Amino acid sequence: MKTCVLAILLLMIVPLGHAIDTAPAFSDPVQQSRYEHLSRELRCLQCRSETIADSNASLAEDLRRQLRELIAAGKSDDEIMTYMTDRYGDYVRYRPAMKSNTWLLWAAPVLFLLAGCIAAFVVIGRKAKLPDDDLPADDRARTGMGDV
Amino acid sequence: MWRYLIPVGLLAALVAFFFVGLGRDKETLPSPLIGKPAPQFSLPRVGDPTQNVSTADFAGQAYVLNVWATWCVGCRQEHDTLLEIAGRGEVPIVGLNWKDEMDLAQEWLRRLGNPYVATAFDPEGRVAIDWGVYGAPETFLIDASGKVIYKHVAPMSIDVWEREFLPLLKKTPVRE
Repeated sequence: MKTCVLAILLLMIVPLGHAIDTAPAFSDPVQQSRYEHLSRELRCLQCRSETIADSNASLAEDLRRQLRELIAAGKSDDEIMTYMTDRYGDYVRYRPAMKSNTWLLWAAPVLFLLAGCIAAFVVIGRKAKLPDDDLPADDRARTGMGDV
Repeated sequence: MWRYLIPVGLLAALVAFFFVGLGRDKETLPSPLIGKPAPQFSLPRVGDPTQNVSTADFAGQAYVLNVWATWCVGCRQEHDTLLEIAGRGEVPIVGLNWKDEMDLAQEWLRRLGNPYVATAFDPEGRVAIDWGVYGAPETFLIDASGKVIYKHVAPMSIDVWEREFLPLLKKTPVRE
């Protein structure tokens, strides 16, 4: 049993270690970690729901090369993101930027949770005020409560 | 009354939301280049690599930039349309051969006909990145002042040409 659980857990780690690049792109660990981080922030425009870090598409390959060159040229993270959005638009950001036209997107989960909470409070509050003896006649007969 | 109106209203809102959302074209990404100066390039020419094709060659005139490759099915599909448009002589079509091989590209133009006034050779896709290319065929319209004014992502058709490109071309002077 224990080995089985362990095997499943290990299998769950496999995708995390998966990478397209076989060798580290940089010998400098700081540059390497920036490269890994930024390649997960950029969308592959050919395969839409993948980042360029995960995609085998030829465009993703080109964008990884471009990213490596920009990092090697000493560009900052912001400069690199601007370079990409200037060419491909906001969609190239894997996580949408917080902007005036995206705040609703970011706020939506909280708003839905809030709406759900309000609805739950209203419904529970209303039900709590009802008397307990509102079972329909046939249920009353079944539970043996008889007529009130 | 309210008890029924609220769920019906919510459903109506949801249906409207999906109707608009699902009907929208999500395949075509808006290009941030529209209205901006066209990215400059100078690349070897398909057919004669000793010569260069450069955006500077077309300064002061409107032109079309068509991104194509021999591995691209949509490019084969639109090729006859491009030949027809080129034959009309409304505007020069410049080719950008994307991530391809020189001899394959040359053979393609020899066999199928050449609609381009010149084709730039971009085997590594570097210029294509500057232009925000994400899938061939893509067709850009550049006006005489050197600004990108339209982008079409999909095979070109006479219908698209006459509906989307020609009206824009008529509004802008072909030469500055």
